[in-house]
Amino acid sequence: MTRALQSAEVVERLQGVAAEAVSVAAEGEVRVAPESLVTVCRFLKEEPEFAMDYLSSITGVDYLDSFEVVYHLTSLTHNHSLVLKTTLHGRDDISAPSLTEVWEAADLQEREVWDLMGVRFTGHPNLKRVLTWEGFPGHPLRKDHLGG
Amino acid sequence: MESPFDRNGLFSGLYGFFADLTPESFAWLAYLLAGVVVVFIVINGVMLLTAFETYMERRVLGRFQTRLGPNRVGPFGLLQPFADVFKLLIKEDLRPAMADRLTFFLAPVLMVAAILLVAAVVPFGPNTFLADLNIGVLFIVGIPTIATVAMFLGGWGSGNRFALLGAARAVAMLISYEVPMIVSLAGVLLLAGSMSLVDVVEAQRLPFIVLQPLGFFVFLVAASAEMNRSPFDLMEAESELTAGFHTEFSGIRFGLLQLAEFGELVIISAVLAVIFVSGWQNPFVSPDYAQWLPGQLWFLLKLVFFLLLFTWIRATLPRMRVDQVMAFAWKALFPLAIINTLVTAVLVVAWPEPEYGQLWIMAAINWAVAIACLVLFSRFLERHRERPTASVQLVEIPAEAS
Amino acid sequence: MVNLPSEQITINLGPQHPSTHGVFRLRVTLDGEVITDVEPIFGYLHRGTEKLAEERTYTQIVTLTDRLDYTSSMINNQAYVLAVEKLAGVTVPPRGQYLRVLTAELQRIASHLMGVGFFLQDLGASGTPLMYCFRERERILDLFEMLCGARVTVSYMRPGGVFQEPPPEFWPAVRHLLDTTPDAIAELERLISENEIVLARTKGVGVLTKEKAIDSAVSGPNLRASGVAWDLRKADPYDVYADMDFAVPVGSNGDSYDRFLVRVMEVHQSIRIAEQCYRDMPGGPVRSELPFFFRPPPGDAYAHVEASKGELGFYLVSDGGIAPYRCKIRSPSFINLTVLAEMLIGWKVADLMVIFGSLDVNMGEVDR
Repeated sequence: MTRALQSAEVVERLQGVAAEAVSVAAEGEVRVAPESLVTVCRFLKEEPEFAMDYLSSITGVDYLDSFEVVYHLTSLTHNHSLVLKTTLHGRDDISAPSLTEVWEAADLQEREVWDLMGVRFTGHPNLKRVLTWEGFPGHPLRKDHLGG
Repeated sequence: MESPFDRNGLFSGLYGFFADLTPESFAWLAYLLAGVVVVFIVINGVMLLTAFETYMERRVLGRFQTRLGPNRVGPFGLLQPFADVFKLLIKEDLRPAMADRLTFFLAPVLMVAAILLVAAVVPFGPNTFLADLNIGVLFIVGIPTIATVAMFLGGWGSGNRFALLGAARAVAMLISYEVPMIVSLAGVLLLAGSMSLVDVVEAQRLPFIVLQPLGFFVFLVAASAEMNRSPFDLMEAESELTAGFHTEFSGIRFGLLQLAEFGELVIISAVLAVIFVSGWQNPFVSPDYAQWLPGQLWFLLKLVFFLLLFTWIRATLPRMRVDQVMAFAWKALFPLAIINTLVTAVLVVAWPEPEYGQLWIMAAINWAVAIACLVLFSRFLERHRERPTASVQLVEIPAEAS
Repeated sequence: MVNLPSEQITINLGPQHPSTHGVFRLRVTLDGEVITDVEPIFGYLHRGTEKLAEERTYTQIVTLTDRLDYTSSMINNQAYVLAVEKLAGVTVPPRGQYLRVLTAELQRIASHLMGVGFFLQDLGASGTPLMYCFRERERILDLFEMLCGARVTVSYMRPGGVFQEPPPEFWPAVRHLLDTTPDAIAELERLISENEIVLARTKGVGVLTKEKAIDSAVSGPNLRASGVAWDLRKADPYDVYADMDFAVPVGSNGDSYDRFLVRVMEVHQSIRIAEQCYRDMPGGPVRSELPFFFRPPPGDAYAHVEASKGELGFYLVSDGGIAPYRCKIRSPSFINLTVLAEMLIGWKVADLMVIFGSLDVNMGEVDR
């Protein structure tokens, strides 16, 4: 069974990296401020104790007043998992740092989140639409998207 | 004057018939009329055989693939080729805007013409042929190269990049395979002492496949490359280049290209039958005794055997990659053909007029050389010393308690 | 060797092309036959499944999942219902779990056969291996037809179990399938898996290194062919996989041949699992009853399964309503495409189809 890490312990270990930026979101989930996302992720990937080498999934969720980007991390080495959440406030022109330099797996997934949810990932080498076409009006998975 | 038609029984008969009808001074007319009739028969015979071959290939391939194949048009689906041709005839004839008008028009015509020309020298039975050309063997390897030119014209003239790639592959590959193909026939020529296909058949007291196993192998492989059959069907590799050089052809132009492709298969099978398995001769009874089947039927049986062989190969083997195909031609087939020629030449010098028993000794030596060469070359070309499936192992992972 | 520069040409392979397995487009730049640049372009089959899911009840969404990877609907169903059950804390009766594992493994066989068949078709094998594969797949689809009346879009699983008890004639049919399929697969293997041309075309072609595979979150047989012994049925067992006895085929070279062979060997392991399910099938109900308007408590849940193409995950967010607030699909085919461009550059056009075919990507799942 893949073990979900204790969020409190993770947050404690992360104090040395990004003290104010991390907090416990729920069981197995850690909330990270967008500014420290890359630092935290790189730490989680490179620290042997965590060895989060596998970025399973990136999800964008629209909560109307804010957006949440959810990262599901897994360690193939230790067979444990962790969920990172980061909240982005506002509706227009919101952005999160890109994780492509940490995991290549972020490449297509961030493009998908940008395409469907309209979260811009700064630092992404090729942030183009991926499932809809260039020039598609709006971002279809947003709750206020009415379609054409 | 000895004309290449003199030994043609059908032609002589027809010429006699027309000569009786026409005045003395119009002998040329009788000659012409007789020629036209014979050509008509040969061309239509080849076309019918081709139609039959498309039907047979589809049915046999269907059997290989656990399905039925065409079985709706006519009894057992026998009329399927005619339905296909009719459909192609009534289809719209599209020419892409970027296509070059002249080459696009020329390509299918040239291809069919090249294939039908070869039929002129193939002896379909005793005294059943259009012309007994004294350079027949050269003719059958030389004329199909026109089809290569036609392929390139078609591929280039289509204005399509898939077609262009297919055409480039076609030229590269066909030129490479011409060489071993011609060299592999050198042994046959040394044994037969003539380039006339009729003489080649008559020289086969033992079928040349017994005397020339290596030559047969090289010719078979090179010919299937020449006909762009699996596993060498690179230039119209469906999964890569959609349809290669004939991507843009539609309607009856496409029909002509298909006719040329299958026609070439029929012709090459006929050539194989003539050169390597003694054409119209009964392989079991010497020509000096009474025959229990007409020669034409023997020829047809051997032809169908080769058609089935090619279908079998097509149903079994995947396609090779372009560089592997080229490497195979130059690294394997060409040396094999040269070795075959050398060994045969030595044997022919040793026994210029071999007895029947000596022929068997020649056959034994040739088979020994062939097997030794094939084993050596397959060792040389093999890259996988260990068992290839060893790269994937089953791993027992303990299921972690849930 | 002198490197002669030549004019590069750009061709569009797809969206209408015999071997792009659906509507997929590769904009390929070629120098002669050699690929110098690749840009995969997709989305032609995008149906907005995630958006549609926000407007359907939890039970109705099962039908949407059928249409993701249409060659392995059962496994998609399973991933989705597991996510719903995790979200709402529903327990499944043992018979339901066993039936799920049985059907999922049969579906895996069908899907792998299709992957292998089309891979060999892309190698130019004139349809014979493909038809061999389809013959077996057809028999599995017949079984599904007995279970639920549908062959491809099955919608057999429900949150809480499976749709219904199998009909009595299902069991002899499963027995017959399990008895005969191994021989049929062995026949295919004898035909093709040590064929010299197949080896020449696939050995060492399109190597995906272990590090690259993990970093790019490649999953499923592609990951295992690269030498990573990671199978969610073992690493994070769901349903009754923890009780099943099976091994995981792991490659060593990460080339196209290993990816092909891993799939063939997984078919045998799937038969082994199906055999155990058949043997140990418990009695009892197949489904725990849920209310018609099923409202999971607010919260989120992520459940993943080892689908035939890789890790298929569903991330559901509930706001307490009858439809999920957000339904994210982590599709393995989509994420496996991350590595495609890099794997292709430097190979020839002919290898392109081999490498792409060996990744076994399903466009229904990529585009969702």
